[in-house]
Amino acid sequence: MELSEHIKTANVEDVILKQPFHPPLKGTLCITSHHLLFSDRKEESSWQLLLLIRNIDAIEKSVENLFGYPSYTTKASQGKRPVGSSGTITIKCKDLLILQLEIPGMEECLNIASSIEALSTLESVKEMYPFFYRPSHLSLQGPWGLSSTEQYYKQTERLWDSWRVSKVNSDYSVCPSYPCAVIVPREVDDDMVVRAARFRQGGRFPVLSYCHHRNRMVIMRSSQPLTGANRKRCKEDELLLQAVLDGSELGYIVDLRSAQQAQQARMTGGGFESKTCYSHWKRLHRYHERGKMLQESLIKLVEACGDHSHSVDRWLSKLENSKWLSHVHSALSTAGLVAECLERDGHSVLVHGSEGTDSTLLVTSLAQLILDPASRTLSGFLCLLEREWIQAGHPFQQRCAHSAYSHARLKQECPSFLLLLDCTWQLWRQFPLALEFSEALLLRLAQEVYASEYGTFLCNSEQERCALGVKQNTHCLFQSLLRSGNGEQYLNPLYERTELAIWPSVHPQSLQLWTGLFLRWTEYAQNIVEAREELWSIVKEHRESAGLERNYYTLSTHCEPLTPFENLMDELTIL
Amino acid sequence: MEHIRTPKVENARMINNLTPRKSMVGTLYLSSTHTIFVENTEARKETWVLHSLMSNVERLPTNPSGSPLIIRCKNFHVYRLLIPEEKDCIDVHASLTRLSRPERYGELFCFFYNPNLDKELREKAWGFIDLKAEFSRMGIPRNLWHVTEANHEYRLCDTYPSELFVPKSASPAVIVGSAKFRSRGRLPVLSYFHRDTSASICRSSQPLSGFSARSSDDEQMLMAIMKSNPVSEFMYVVDTRPKLNAMANRAAGKGYENEDHYTNIKLQFTGIENIHVMRNSQQKLIDVGGLAAPSMSDFLWGLENSGWLKHIKAVLDAGVFIAKALSEDGVSVLVHCSDGWDRTAQACSVASVLLDPYYRTIKGLMVLIEKDWVSFGHKFSHRYGHLDGDPKEISPVMDQFLECVWQLKQQFPCAFEFNERFLIQLHTHIYSCQYGNFIGNCQKERRDLKLQERTHSFWPHLWEKRAEYTNPLYRTDHSQTQGVLKPLTTAYCFKFWKGMYGREEKSMGSNQSPADCLNAVREESQQLEEELSTHQERLAQLKEKKAPGERKKPNKLSERVHRPVPNDVELGSPLDYFATTRSERHPPSFTLPLEPAAPSRSGDPDDLLTCSDLESGVADLSSHSSSAGDDAKDSDDLINTDA
Repeated sequence: MELSEHIKTANVEDVILKQPFHPPLKGTLCITSHHLLFSDRKEESSWQLLLLIRNIDAIEKSVENLFGYPSYTTKASQGKRPVGSSGTITIKCKDLLILQLEIPGMEECLNIASSIEALSTLESVKEMYPFFYRPSHLSLQGPWGLSSTEQYYKQTERLWDSWRVSKVNSDYSVCPSYPCAVIVPREVDDDMVVRAARFRQGGRFPVLSYCHHRNRMVIMRSSQPLTGANRKRCKEDELLLQAVLDGSELGYIVDLRSAQQAQQARMTGGGFESKTCYSHWKRLHRYHERGKMLQESLIKLVEACGDHSHSVDRWLSKLENSKWLSHVHSALSTAGLVAECLERDGHSVLVHGSEGTDSTLLVTSLAQLILDPASRTLSGFLCLLEREWIQAGHPFQQRCAHSAYSHARLKQECPSFLLLLDCTWQLWRQFPLALEFSEALLLRLAQEVYASEYGTFLCNSEQERCALGVKQNTHCLFQSLLRSGNGEQYLNPLYERTELAIWPSVHPQSLQLWTGLFLRWTEYAQNIVEAREELWSIVKEHRESAGLERNYYTLSTHCEPLTPFENLMDELTIL
Repeated sequence: MEHIRTPKVENARMINNLTPRKSMVGTLYLSSTHTIFVENTEARKETWVLHSLMSNVERLPTNPSGSPLIIRCKNFHVYRLLIPEEKDCIDVHASLTRLSRPERYGELFCFFYNPNLDKELREKAWGFIDLKAEFSRMGIPRNLWHVTEANHEYRLCDTYPSELFVPKSASPAVIVGSAKFRSRGRLPVLSYFHRDTSASICRSSQPLSGFSARSSDDEQMLMAIMKSNPVSEFMYVVDTRPKLNAMANRAAGKGYENEDHYTNIKLQFTGIENIHVMRNSQQKLIDVGGLAAPSMSDFLWGLENSGWLKHIKAVLDAGVFIAKALSEDGVSVLVHCSDGWDRTAQACSVASVLLDPYYRTIKGLMVLIEKDWVSFGHKFSHRYGHLDGDPKEISPVMDQFLECVWQLKQQFPCAFEFNERFLIQLHTHIYSCQYGNFIGNCQKERRDLKLQERTHSFWPHLWEKRAEYTNPLYRTDHSQTQGVLKPLTTAYCFKFWKGMYGREEKSMGSNQSPADCLNAVREESQQLEEELSTHQERLAQLKEKKAPGERKKPNKLSERVHRPVPNDVELGSPLDYFATTRSERHPPSFTLPLEPAAPSRSGDPDDLLTCSDLESGVADLSSHSSSAGDDAKDSDDLINTDA
């Protein structure tokens, strides 16, 4: 079925659009295969609203049939539509925006609603907008993405001694959700890797996630071992992990399930690394909510934020009840624990939960933000996301099919990535100087991950992306974000690189609701946006007054213009 | 001095509750005004705690490591000491308990505090805030309002200031009659005049209406107030109490205005709870802030259970109602509660902050506090427990006002000239008794105590250090700065004030402050400009002279504000993530490292991973601002220095 066949009514006149911060507008509504367009009749050149239909999470329609009431509009009297009937469509977007359309004509209203419903729930990746997005200033030639495993390895000199790039997964047969190249210990050969992979759920054998720049201790990630009820062992898996330790005495396994859950997993073929088989590894259990529960938590939070009539008590109780902040709390705590193992204790860590595609990635990437100054730059952060989420096989398509408003039955939806962005925001708020990127970047990513013009967040794994030709036929979001045209909006004006670890406070009073995201469409967030602009202008103004050139981005460079003064002083003393 | 049983305790330990390994050993000294803890380190770091700031000193049962003593301060700092000998601990406890509860005004610190200011300067300092000038700044039309002599020598009302603004149309008889019909003689008088609409805020205490009493003088007084606003046809009477409380007062011969007796008034209740409810609520909030390792649910539940933010919202809502009446409807408002010195002061001053951008400046907020709180007889000594007295009189009324301002600041980050530190400093000194401003319960009492001759004024001191208290985002021409503030009071706008109630946590200094960073940038570029111009001048001079100049090397560069770029320290202190994330869901054997890596550290299993030598320093950017004032003998440091 062609996309256009879903569209029963393409154009409606005299529609009234209500959106936050704007007075109601009257204009024309158009629906295309991928967009909802609304334009004010006066200026036809500029669209008042251009909404990706993919961004629509849920719609609610109510139709009023006012037969018998006299009609005042001349349009209606032309007899094109039933006199006096109209309908209202409430559009709830995945980026939490809520719009209202008042559509004259009941039939038009129902047609529009059913078109939106059909078009917003398309499952075929090939039909999605990124495959059609062809802006004139972008070309499909050239590399897609920012970096590959090989490039990362080449750039990271500290890996060269004990680690190697393995192409054992080049046809995705060892692990369908891993990329074709992964980093494994040098002394482990590909045969061993293949056997170890058979012992891990989904073939996700332990691979390198991060090597600490201070002491070369590493963060590994994997899925759970398939020990099963009768405590199977796998020599190769044990050897692989032994090789990771590289002679040091101890490593930590951070299991993102409770001890009880890990025990129970054995009944269904999963399990955990027992102490007898992995004698040099100490296992720590940190429970993380996953899947459906996390999605429901998001739904509850958004619902609480949407009701403005709550009393303070009710609001706090709803906030508590949603548990969202508790998830932020546990994610940051566990990431802090992993970072602490590396930085202060000097031990390597293996992180996994069950599948190793959600909370595992959350913890490993947060730990890197805490430890690694390179991942706190704009490009470093995007590379981190590419490495730890896109290439590492977070199933974006399944997880982000719906957001908080959808009434559809939950399948595999889970806001793990949103939780990462929230935790990153908490870091940013606690260390306003340490991250090079701004909140605007996090908000943009929160939006793009659910509905995008770019192909970056399509599919569930590299294998799928490869099969569908995503890299050949769509544009890459990260490259576009890094392109200079975006100017300063994604940069933090106060950024000052620090080589130190940034230890987040996980005390509940230090963690806050991310107003920028969850209250984005309220006046409350608007004032804060204004303040941020003010901050930018102060920084710029003072950079100029201190005679700095425009391209200096860090404030520490304030020291530099001193040199001429020092010279001047030297002259004075000589005189 | 006679209260000090032991002036010095050696080998005392100051416990850091969050990171026990940072606890310090040192010597404790007791002076007549301060307790001083000096660390046994190279730096000899000193911590000064003012006795009049201590709210409560608690001695816990002696354990093998010593006798614990907990000092809780009125500004929510908590100090935990471990004293080796039980006898010393008992002595220190007894001494501090007595010293922290002065019985007479004469014992208060302000009468001993001497910042070496000569007499003339001290007198001048007391004139720093001039309320006459403030009333003329408001632009009060002389034909409608005037100063009455009725309260000369506090004849009419001993808790009011001697100069009162009343409607010109109100005759002396009406004024006296109205005062007689109001609780404690606190008749309706002008508090704020809104020039844009000619509407005004007046304040009073509750009328003595009971079930049926009325006073034609009081009715005429309200009529006169309404008429002073030529365009409006009615006025609001805002009773800030919950309606039930107001009704209960009728049984005691007090109550609220009967709308049938007064022409053209609209009565509005705003439901702010009484001082006892607020005191209990704050105590619960303090407990929440002091929880050692709460889960997110514990914290949010505790916050909800305290009811504190609900009360803050009630105060702000009252202010918003009044501000809206004046600015949008152009209607005058009379505000009262029971006595008209607690909730009334809160509502009037919050409304003023919303209405007038001037009150959102550093000087303006000082003026506002002087006007609505100090001069109108807010009972500072009673509410903030300056003297040992009835604990039921204590209540965080001013705390709530300051918090309302802070909450507004969260919503309008560019609208206020001052920063959070300013509000916290104000809060501390309202309690500290270091200056004379907030001593006593009314103007008359302060006059009788001769405070102006015997103590110093806080305002000029604060003003001198205004650079430290400036909000870098404030700009007089910013859209948020202009006109009337219209805050949202939706529940989600109210946040836990971490800077105030979470001080223990904050003292870890894990946070970088963007405002401090901006201030530093500003200062730095200003200095650079100044240096440039002085150098240019010098260069010009030297060129003219063409002679070997005196080798007076300008040493300014070394004094430049240096942005500390931390090297071998860590940003923030790593918490014991091992400990903080412990949950009861699974047995502890899974959550703790099973075999200690270093057997010598047998004591605390939580400390296991923190045994690395890398002593974590703290990159605290707040050190920027302290570099501005080099004088270590700064009077503020007498309160509590962690320098």
